[in-house]
Amino acid sequence: MDPQAQGPRAIDIYVDILLLVLLVAAALVVVTLRNLLAAALVLGIYSLIMAALWVVLDAVDVAFTEAAVGAGVTTVFMLLAIAATGRHEKIAHRRPWLPILASLAVGGLMIFGTLDLPAFGDPQAPAQQHVAPHYLEQGEAETGVPNIVTAVLASYRGFDTLGEVTVIFTAGIGVLLMLGVASRRRRAGESDDDDTGDRS
Amino acid sequence: MTEHLVLRVISKLLIPPILLFALYVQMHGDYGPGGGFQAGVIFAAGLVLYGLVFGTAAVRAVAPPRLLVVIACLGVLLYAGVGVASMIGGGAFLEYGALSADATHGNHVGIIIIEIGVGIAVAAVMTIIFSVLAEWR
Repeated sequence: MDPQAQGPRAIDIYVDILLLVLLVAAALVVVTLRNLLAAALVLGIYSLIMAALWVVLDAVDVAFTEAAVGAGVTTVFMLLAIAATGRHEKIAHRRPWLPILASLAVGGLMIFGTLDLPAFGDPQAPAQQHVAPHYLEQGEAETGVPNIVTAVLASYRGFDTLGEVTVIFTAGIGVLLMLGVASRRRRAGESDDDDTGDRS
Repeated sequence: MTEHLVLRVISKLLIPPILLFALYVQMHGDYGPGGGFQAGVIFAAGLVLYGLVFGTAAVRAVAPPRLLVVIACLGVLLYAGVGVASMIGGGAFLEYGALSADATHGNHVGIIIIEIGVGIAVAAVMTIIFSVLAEWR
């Protein structure tokens, strides 16, 4: 959608503002909550709002991932981690001034950096002029796949995606080795009849 | 969680459509939004819901950890294997066009196969992480 030709409709702006306000509110709630169980749930809500924003930005594939991973599975993983450790944050006795200062400085620099960015949706922006036109014009003819996102991820950037799958695989193996083997060994020490099905 | 009748009944109703939807997202990633990664996560979400309501032993019975590890390895190997197959076909690593006489057709086939590799690897890894975290004491 070309913003110059069509102009943003008022309803789009209201939806954007509503979602962004909710997003910031959810982020602030996560930071201030001491109850980690509640914080994990609000983080799931944050991801859901983010997914809605991706839909507004027409990035449905990213919205899909955000909703499934961020709001769905990650929330469950967080809750399980909290169940295994403890549900209350330790209260710090002194104010963390240095981290606050560092966060504000980095955040300020990033906002300062956005001032030099091309206008939102600018068709002349370098990102829109590099390889994107080729993908959009030739993608379907070259790959036979109408969904350009899939064509880019799986074919044009296939090597990157192989790397990503390897990262996920490594994460799974890491969790299995660190937590799975340790807890199995501990259980085997407690009782010998337990967990005979899957010794590796 | 054996007491919660509503949760158990609703989960039993929901889990089959979730798994079916994952397969839909897997096979339609080239036409609509989605793909192997999303499909794998949704499939794992179905198993996670099953585990949350019926216990991790139930998930273990459906998807034994040993089998999951094998599936995760197979997924990555399937992806890399398509790359090697392209090289055998005379192209570069992961140049799917070399898989078939028609480059476009080869590309489409390659994308479908690697998406399946991504899907099964992601589904297996997410389920492994869930089972391990849920049983960690």
